[in-house]
Amino acid sequence: LTAIEQDALAEDNPLTDGLERLPVPHTTLVIFGATGDLSKRKLLPALYNLAHEGQLPERFALVGISRGESSDDDFRAVAKESITQYSRREPDSDVLDALLARMRYLSFSFDDQEGYKLLAEALDEIDEEAGHPPNRCYYLSTAPSFFGVIPERLREAGLHKHPEVDVRCVVEKPFGNDLKTARQLQNTISKAFRESQVYRIDHYLGKETVQNLMAFRFANYMFEPVWNRNFIDHVQITAAEDLGIGSRAGYYDSAGALRDLVQNHMMQLVALLCMEPPVSFDADKVRDEKVKVLQAIPPMTEAQVSDCTVRARYLAGVDAGEEVCGYLEEDGVPDASNTETYAALRLEVRNWRWAGVPIVLRTGKRLARKVTEIAVQLKEVPHMAFQDEGSEGVVPNQLVLTMQPDEGVSLKLGAKIPGAKMRIRPVTMEFHYGTSFLSQSPEAYERLIIDAMRGEATLFTRNDEVDAQWSIIDPILKSWEDKKPRMATYEAGSQGPAEANRLLGEHRKWRRL
Amino acid sequence: VSPTAEEEVWSAQDTTPSAIEGAMRALLAKRHQETGAVSPARVLNMIVICDREYRGEIENRLQKVGRYHPSRAIVCAVQPNRKTLDAWVSMAAVHEGPLTVSRERVEIDVGPHHLRKLQTILAPLVVPDLVTLVWAPHGHGEAEDALREMAQVVLVDSLDDDCAASLARVASLLENMYAVDLAWLRSTPWRERVAAAFDPPYARRELFNLDAVTVRHREDSVAAAALFAGWLASRLNWKPSQLAGHGGTLAGRVKTRRGEVKITLEPVRADVPGLAGVTIGSADGGSVALDRSPGGLREVRTGRDGSEQSFTVMGASRGEGGILGEGVRQALLRDRTYKPALAAARELIG
Repeated sequence: LTAIEQDALAEDNPLTDGLERLPVPHTTLVIFGATGDLSKRKLLPALYNLAHEGQLPERFALVGISRGESSDDDFRAVAKESITQYSRREPDSDVLDALLARMRYLSFSFDDQEGYKLLAEALDEIDEEAGHPPNRCYYLSTAPSFFGVIPERLREAGLHKHPEVDVRCVVEKPFGNDLKTARQLQNTISKAFRESQVYRIDHYLGKETVQNLMAFRFANYMFEPVWNRNFIDHVQITAAEDLGIGSRAGYYDSAGALRDLVQNHMMQLVALLCMEPPVSFDADKVRDEKVKVLQAIPPMTEAQVSDCTVRARYLAGVDAGEEVCGYLEEDGVPDASNTETYAALRLEVRNWRWAGVPIVLRTGKRLARKVTEIAVQLKEVPHMAFQDEGSEGVVPNQLVLTMQPDEGVSLKLGAKIPGAKMRIRPVTMEFHYGTSFLSQSPEAYERLIIDAMRGEATLFTRNDEVDAQWSIIDPILKSWEDKKPRMATYEAGSQGPAEANRLLGEHRKWRRL
Repeated sequence: VSPTAEEEVWSAQDTTPSAIEGAMRALLAKRHQETGAVSPARVLNMIVICDREYRGEIENRLQKVGRYHPSRAIVCAVQPNRKTLDAWVSMAAVHEGPLTVSRERVEIDVGPHHLRKLQTILAPLVVPDLVTLVWAPHGHGEAEDALREMAQVVLVDSLDDDCAASLARVASLLENMYAVDLAWLRSTPWRERVAAAFDPPYARRELFNLDAVTVRHREDSVAAAALFAGWLASRLNWKPSQLAGHGGTLAGRVKTRRGEVKITLEPVRADVPGLAGVTIGSADGGSVALDRSPGGLREVRTGRDGSEQSFTVMGASRGEGGILGEGVRQALLRDRTYKPALAAARELIG
């Protein structure tokens, strides 16, 4: 090749310029827990949609692994049913058949070393059929107790590396149960995989609207001048569910609201909201900035836990006109459960931009409405020029970024009420994504699976982020476990416990759900 | 937009643009008074100029655009001998998840003499600050020309008996507007797959060692084949030159930095417009062939030793409705590789 041609090859494939969908390396995807709930509801339908849109590479194979005895055909039947039931589009039978033909199934217990010999044989066969060995991507969609076991067994079987291709490991949440177990898990995984091979899932990051947070902040000049302690009074982040725990009592009672949503998703929202503009949107540049925010949130002392956190549990109440039971009456919840279904906390990011700005978070089950939003409240105007009643309607500007259910941005402004007098009323300027972008958003898992296969790590959580997240949450968990503070209560279908109001301080109120 | 129970309609004969615009404002205000939750869609204006006798077919095609439907669609139906404007305005509330979005459609019967000054009729009717897309599926180039200053994007389909003239026309429109070419969009899966086929490091070197490209296309899709070959030529810095015709097939050699590549555009029987297959060969005897097959594209790789491997590259056909929908979506994007591909295609076609 000429020097110019070699330079061209060293950079990018010249044929990919201008393409919306970039090539995905040939990959064998191995799903541990392939017949589990997550796989059936999310992973397999996501794979179908990727196939439908022509995004999977030509050399693609899926190896499903679960403990249950089953044949390849049985697994394909399960996959077909799951895809038909949960796919966001009606499957095309030809594409579905082509995808099912790429699937095979292995049955073994995840801690059984013999099973990994079967896996090695299957992978060798796939490599042989493909001509050039495809990359390998292990997806751990199992109970968390196997997150450390599987990488260990893969290492023992020599499957954690390959001389010719990339080997990656996708780890579902939760990554650890507290700081100690997260670090233990990281130590175990790091014996098998380098950090660059590990893709920790926080599916919130795969959502279009969460990614839009970065677009909103860093593609618009007008917000940056006010995005700091000089103009922002406080920030409220809400992740409220109107539903109860459903059939997840086993998991939920061992986790609780703080672990289930605050430690991962809500901490990521805090990081995205408060981070400095990254130099570029490379995975590590973005994650470097996020981790700085998380590390600037100091762990709470016991006294601070008492002052700055609220935990609560829902009682029986009325939701959508129907009477519903309290948490302790839910199927599968132990009578002596001490698990919170609601958590609220006040944090502070101690850096030049955010020092002194309360960032309050709340999440809970069986609240009045399902909503995930970030509300940024600006300070009051410094001087009221309007006389007497003219000032009554003036309220601070509030910018609300809504993630679900109605994705959009709204800005509360003061406007003059028509008439002879100068009277002000707050009005809302709203932007809904649905009115400006008509394309159907892909499911978060579609984006995350394809990114993992491409080795694009921006939307995955790095180890130091997870560590920093647990470092914030761990003292709260420990204090709650050790001190057993009184569990506040709230009626199902309500706004949450009254105790949460104190976190905001005087003159501030939670946004109504 | 399918008519719904919430659709509001206004119509008038021998009317004026300002009357149509006034009617739209009145319908919007009425809609807001009745259901305050309705938000006006703000994606793009789409102006369609079509023959009145085929208006129904165009409406069907627009309906199939589905979720990519523009916010405000203005259909100008051209009727021979018409001297006046008749108009029909519809405002429909479409439920988009938790949102109710209003979509507006205007149909105006115009005469041929209106086309040269169409911008004066349509200027009050488009939503300001939105991208305006113009599509004239039945010709009416004078209307496209009249809208060169007003519209930012033109939707074309280089699917034409006279391929050279068709490509020249797009090149002319590109002087004023961004062009979305449906013939180009039909080749997208092929371009993606060829890019993927040469993406692995061991395959990428072959890009500079190619010696033959054969593009199989439906008889009426020479332009799509030329655009595909033009894309390869422009991406790989080949020096395109005019291909010679032999019984429907166009063939010739183009110069590359290292030698020559034989390009063949070969018509074949096919059910759908666009490409039917592609074979790309390298000087050492290897090749990659892609052809349509159930569930996607069939890829056959032939090694330099003659060994063969075949795969199905999974993917569902978008159909012509999907292609048009994609065309509307592309109006909001910019593909910087189309213009050089078009220039190379014009060199190939001559």
